[in-house]
Amino acid sequence: MAIRSFFVPFLLLVLWFYSSLSPVLSLYEDQVGLMDWHQQYIGKVKQAVFSTQKTGRRRVIVSTEENVIASLDLRHGEIFWRHLLGSNDVIDGIDIGLGKYVITLSSGGSILRSWNLPDGQMVWESFLQGPKHSKSLLLLPTNLKIEKDNVIVVFSNDRLHAVSCIDGEVLWKKDFETESFETQQVIQPPGSDLIYVVGFAASSQFEMYQINARNGELLKHESAIFSSGFLRELSLVSSETVVALDSTGSILLTISFQNGEISFQQTPISNIVEDSSGPAVIIPSSVPGIFAIKINSVTIFIRVIGKGKLEVVEKLNQETAVSNALPISESQQAFALVQHAGSEIHLVAKLAHDWDANLLKESIKMDQQRGIPHKVFINNYIRTDRSHGFRLLIVMEDHSLLLLQQGAIVWSREDGLASIIDVTASELPVERDGVSVAKVEHNLFEWLKGHMLKLKGTLMLASPEDVAAIQSMRLKSSEKSKMARDHNGFRKLLIVLTRAGKLFALHTGDGHIVWSHLLHKSEACQSPVGLNLYQWQVPHHHALDENPSVLVISRCGPSSDAPGVLSFVDTYTGKELNSLSLDHAVVQVIPLPHTDSTEQRLHLLIDSDKHAHLYPKTSEALGIFKREFSNIYWYSVEDHNSIIKGHALKCKCTGEVADEFCFDARDLWSVVFPSESEKITATVTRKLNEMVHTQAKVMADQDVMYKYISRNLLFVATVAPKGSGEIGSVTPEESWLVAYLIDIVTGRILYRVTHHGAQGPVHAVFSENWVVYHFFNLRAHRYEMSVIEIYDQSRADNKDVWKLVLGKHNLTSRISLFSRPEVITKSQSYFFTHSVKAIAVTSTAKGITSKQLLIGTIGDQVLALDKRFLDPRRSVNPTQAEKEEGIIPLTDSLPIIPQSYVTHALRVEGLRGIITVPAKLESTTLVFAHGVDLFFTQLAPSRTYDSLTEDFSYALLLITIVALVAAIFVTWRLSERKELQDKWR
Amino acid sequence: MGSGRRWAVSFSDNSTSPSCRDIRDPPGFTRASVDQDDSTASRQKKDAESNWKAQKAWEVAQAPFKNLLMMGFMMWMAGNTVHLFSIGITFSALWQPVSALQGVGKVFEPYKDSKVELLGPKLLFIALNLGGLALGVWKLNTLGLLPTHASDWVSSLPPAQEVEYSGGGIPL
Repeated sequence: MAIRSFFVPFLLLVLWFYSSLSPVLSLYEDQVGLMDWHQQYIGKVKQAVFSTQKTGRRRVIVSTEENVIASLDLRHGEIFWRHLLGSNDVIDGIDIGLGKYVITLSSGGSILRSWNLPDGQMVWESFLQGPKHSKSLLLLPTNLKIEKDNVIVVFSNDRLHAVSCIDGEVLWKKDFETESFETQQVIQPPGSDLIYVVGFAASSQFEMYQINARNGELLKHESAIFSSGFLRELSLVSSETVVALDSTGSILLTISFQNGEISFQQTPISNIVEDSSGPAVIIPSSVPGIFAIKINSVTIFIRVIGKGKLEVVEKLNQETAVSNALPISESQQAFALVQHAGSEIHLVAKLAHDWDANLLKESIKMDQQRGIPHKVFINNYIRTDRSHGFRLLIVMEDHSLLLLQQGAIVWSREDGLASIIDVTASELPVERDGVSVAKVEHNLFEWLKGHMLKLKGTLMLASPEDVAAIQSMRLKSSEKSKMARDHNGFRKLLIVLTRAGKLFALHTGDGHIVWSHLLHKSEACQSPVGLNLYQWQVPHHHALDENPSVLVISRCGPSSDAPGVLSFVDTYTGKELNSLSLDHAVVQVIPLPHTDSTEQRLHLLIDSDKHAHLYPKTSEALGIFKREFSNIYWYSVEDHNSIIKGHALKCKCTGEVADEFCFDARDLWSVVFPSESEKITATVTRKLNEMVHTQAKVMADQDVMYKYISRNLLFVATVAPKGSGEIGSVTPEESWLVAYLIDIVTGRILYRVTHHGAQGPVHAVFSENWVVYHFFNLRAHRYEMSVIEIYDQSRADNKDVWKLVLGKHNLTSRISLFSRPEVITKSQSYFFTHSVKAIAVTSTAKGITSKQLLIGTIGDQVLALDKRFLDPRRSVNPTQAEKEEGIIPLTDSLPIIPQSYVTHALRVEGLRGIITVPAKLESTTLVFAHGVDLFFTQLAPSRTYDSLTEDFSYALLLITIVALVAAIFVTWRLSERKELQDKWR
Repeated sequence: MGSGRRWAVSFSDNSTSPSCRDIRDPPGFTRASVDQDDSTASRQKKDAESNWKAQKAWEVAQAPFKNLLMMGFMMWMAGNTVHLFSIGITFSALWQPVSALQGVGKVFEPYKDSKVELLGPKLLFIALNLGGLALGVWKLNTLGLLPTHASDWVSSLPPAQEVEYSGGGIPL
């Protein structure tokens, strides 16, 4: 800290005073929830099982694509309990056993667990091994018992297991000898002791194993060859009949294996469906007697009648989702269909054996932004008149989860927010007179009551109920969620893009969803995959009338050379302003540091042929771009073959189309890492919008060091290819980590350091002139964090005070990176206890406030660590002057202060990213952490030195002022009287 | 001559007017000497006064010296770290000479005399106060509050802009 400046010494004094206090930043219990909010999600539901026993609360158990198993309240959709399994422990199946255990099969079918249904405690866990990887199937036969023990049948890793439901003990297991046998279905006909395992061997052989469910004995093995081969999908029609498609997708095969005899029945699709064109796909379902196929976008339901005869029962043109069958009585099974039709969805529940009769037929208005229904799960309840009522759980295209009952949406969950892929922030509209959205206090009485309560609180007269009321008043303050900008810039919109391709705008005040927008499908692009968000237009100064907008880059399909789609979305309203289907792919997006007259930022999109395309496509933008043409470069990291290449723009595209916004590029430089010893594992650059206040760093002895601040620096970490696996898989001798600092304009390597015996994963953050990175030290068996600071030595001679006073220096003039910089670096390493999921750094409006590192720990919490702990100038015995400057004595490990957990008692399950947004108030930064959960808070790394704290006693100030005024008045009167008396004497 | 005017008292003092100096002065009384005496006495008195004034003026002029010593002592007591006490001392050390210099005329007003040479004391006064000021400035400098180092001038210098611009990264 520069105490030795003469500017505003008093302020500095105060600052110094504050900073000399312990750097702990914590909050009081009653401050929780004032500035921060936390939201819990589960992700897109893969599978749902209802638990609606008469006793106990009704709930639904779900497994999701975010690897969560959760128990949800059927009444309100709240989470009873939730477990997030690791990313290498993907859930394959869930079910409920004995009505009180949730059984999950995960990790490619090798881990079977049982959880207690009411509270989510794990009951047992068993590991199932097998010869090779295969499809995993979980089956809980309802009335199959071995020695009074309910049995779980698991097919996984090419082995069939029967597991006890009580303790997870494997009762028997069975291997299948056939080479290349791929199991498709495991069938347990109810009421029998048989298990059928059916599947394909080679590409044209159908195999059936009949197994005794009691002891795993192989009873029968049959196989039959169908010459034209199969598509790898089966639909179960009855316990002894399956339907498959031939390899061309044009012939339906009804395969029955009654009594162990396999018989094929071929039916060309064209025979039963008149205008069928294109190959068909089987929609997986388990409705007895009926199966569904999809040709193009038409869903066709086909019934199997008797001896392999097929009959089309319905053709649906809309997007349709089918549920599994639900037994509602001894002989009846029901299933549900959900169709999407414009702004409505149609729900139909039918009996499996009677297509024409509908048990339920409803239409529900549905928000267009939820897209089409993807999945439906059906559950029934008995009405008071003993008829069946149905409730449907549907999963929509935007990953939201809704419960429908009696023609209405009972609850909905926005679980798309569990899979955020990109975040950006946007300002709220400026508050204009008369259009304030905030609610005024209801009436005078309420207002008075509120203030009376507050007064009671300050005078410590409040009872516990009053305290609770005050707390809830503070939490629900309408000021927080107002839809207008505030003076301090705390209220903003967080624009998030989810994996489902939906944009949400979250209000930073309380986290509510202001608007949401599902990326539109167009003629050209049926399934856009959202990739990234960029700030397209940030109006300030002269274009204030315009609304800000964001640019969403999406790709038309999963492959990297699929054409891109640009969508421009207004951040105030959530309306899509424009959508462009590009004729080229988008491999890289480079936001340029230039804006046009309407404050639209220029973006350079690089396609897969290394052409650069300029957006927006206006002549004005082209003019601006042409002026800076020779100064624009770009680089690409090819991490699979360890090459970093630099490119410069050459000329207009010399292609077939004359496009003046397209430019050719030429290779300028390349950094090739030796592939046998180095593999790129992490690359980090500075954030584009980061503000740096000063280029000088003042030392304790009034010496100056000039920071090397460049936007064009890249931090690259490479590891030995052997050591790129898990921690502990290599010896320290064969593993190392090399850190580079590379100038991405010229390709110059400014710094290189090797850490021997270190291993990834590497997490790094780059800010101002420093990089902090985190890795594992194999020798010390501990995690380590290193810091590199870069200083510009060529500026170090600028020490003549008079030159500086008169401004005769060139410290602020524009510099070219082609002039050779002389840099020196300082670095230091420390041990760190936690492994890390993400690292970010606080960012403030002007960059004056000191920085804190935000570390997402393995426990899904966010830890704030002062940058002062990662200062390469730390030494074991700092001098008095250095201590005054704020240098902390060197210790071998970084301290973890429990109070500096930003997330206090909460956990951000599945933490993936931490984003910091500067507020308008210099001391404060907004922090948003996302994973399966969302967490938002405000941070002041050097405390709020520029505003009064929230607990500042205004009442005391007011009372003091009033008392002073009164005292002045009284003494004035007294003195006047005395003067008068003196005059009469 | 017996009757008529017996006596009369004239209140008008004609003693000084030479025209009616018909009554001779009592013996031993010399009018002139009184006059003479008076003038010499007053001259003596005036001389004494001006001497006294000059002396006083010198004293006043030397007064800041004591102040200076005390200030020096206080400063030594205050130490070289920036805190409230040292800042207060330093600022009073700066303020006192400045306010004293502003009131140079007023300070020497009472000793103004045509015969008294005030330039010397004034110069001394000014010099001492300047000395005090210098002491204050020196203290300010030792506290590190003077912009005499390069660090004071570059601490808010924004980083230099770069001509080139590059972006990119790992393909999306």
